[in-house]
Amino acid sequence: MAKADRPGPWRRFLALPNDSRTKTIAVAFAVSATCAILVSAATVYLRPIQTANRAAEEQARIESLVRGIPGMSALLERSGGTLSTVVIDLDRGRAAETVTPVTLEAALADPANWTTLGPGEDLAGLGQRPDYAQVFLLRDGEDVSLVLLPISGAGYNGRIDAALALTGDMNTIAGLSITSQSETPGLGARIEEEAWLSDFPGTRTRDDSGTLRFTVARGSAGSVYEVDGITGATRTSNAMTRIIRFWLGPDGYEPFLNAVRRGEF
Amino acid sequence: MAGRPHLLSILTAPLLRENPVTLQILGLCSALAVTTSLATALTMSAALTVVVTLAAGIISVIRRHIPDAIRLIVQIVIIASLVIVIDQVLQAFFYEISRALSVYVALITTNCLVLGRTESFARSNPPIPAMTDALGNGLGYSLILVVIGAVRELFGQGTLLGVGVLPLAEEGGWFTPLGLMLLPPSGFFLLGGLVWAIRSVRTEQAEAAEFGPAAPTEAAE
Repeated sequence: MAKADRPGPWRRFLALPNDSRTKTIAVAFAVSATCAILVSAATVYLRPIQTANRAAEEQARIESLVRGIPGMSALLERSGGTLSTVVIDLDRGRAAETVTPVTLEAALADPANWTTLGPGEDLAGLGQRPDYAQVFLLRDGEDVSLVLLPISGAGYNGRIDAALALTGDMNTIAGLSITSQSETPGLGARIEEEAWLSDFPGTRTRDDSGTLRFTVARGSAGSVYEVDGITGATRTSNAMTRIIRFWLGPDGYEPFLNAVRRGEF
Repeated sequence: MAGRPHLLSILTAPLLRENPVTLQILGLCSALAVTTSLATALTMSAALTVVVTLAAGIISVIRRHIPDAIRLIVQIVIIASLVIVIDQVLQAFFYEISRALSVYVALITTNCLVLGRTESFARSNPPIPAMTDALGNGLGYSLILVVIGAVRELFGQGTLLGVGVLPLAEEGGWFTPLGLMLLPPSGFFLLGGLVWAIRSVRTEQAEAAEFGPAAPTEAAE
């Protein structure tokens, strides 16, 4: 482009002494602009792949967490769908705005995030209840097909931790898994046994009017709302009734379950 | 001066004779941090080699137009941008390994080896020799990382690239992993041993003692 006798502006610019102020500023600007474009292009172009990677890792983490709950992985395979996790605000029954699965532990270290339960409310013998809980949702398309709720409470000898799975109607129990317990071996400790736990799937928790009807029966189950009691372990059986009733009740997951039924999740 | 032999010697000199890690003791931080397994060492080596080669090429192309007053910052901006791009690529396509490398990929920016090559060689040589020199230095760095990474993984976990090589005692074999190998100090030990071994064979690399008992003749100055 440049005429032979008069060099173009580009050549004249390149011919400037390197230490002239114009050239210093121009080179600095050109280098920064080129690098900015390079970095932005790489970031924008690769972001979707990176997001997918992070999501896959999060998914793997959740799945390994759920697989750690005995009996739940088989249930998940039967149900199908994608697993996700959410921290819910128990009182409001909604996804917590400020707490994430990562910050949950720190949030629960703060006594302000616990609610003290009065004697009448405290069916599960907990004394106090966290305001946030991490639950797992299994989705089949848009609909929630299964929820996995961590529950806990006082047994006969000590604390019982469990995970309760409810099917998409938020009423039928899909399974129960005991994650830790210290009941009497051979008696109450049989709550861990498959023979007893296998009685839970299909059991209803509420009748058509919405009244909580779930009970661990004394002896054999007499209705669709009952599971068989454990012989010789009445106290543990009753504790399981109270724990499940508490967590399905208004101080437990009821607001959340209602929200799921309304299709808010 | 010109021709292939010259380029070849530029390429091979940094492998052992002027190895950036063992002779110049550059880029140690990352060399120690990422060598707990062979896979991370290889990825880090590849990332650094690519960065140093590209940076040398770019800087060599514009070497006549870099104002002296801002030459370091221009070089660092170019290196940093390349590093960010490489880091993004790793996060996109080698996610597991990029997590294992964590911040060390980003720290290539401050790796003395990279700036050392661009400042001392690329800035005063045409692109082809500059890139050859950078590639050679990258490979020299890689060589050390791979050797240390292989030794640490082999004796720390009994595996190489995640494949079992030595039968572990807990699985019925005879090999008990050396936990120390996975800790940072072992990186120092191995690197020190390597430097000593290379300098024992190539005595010209050994440095004169800087501090020692004063010789009687010097004391009488």
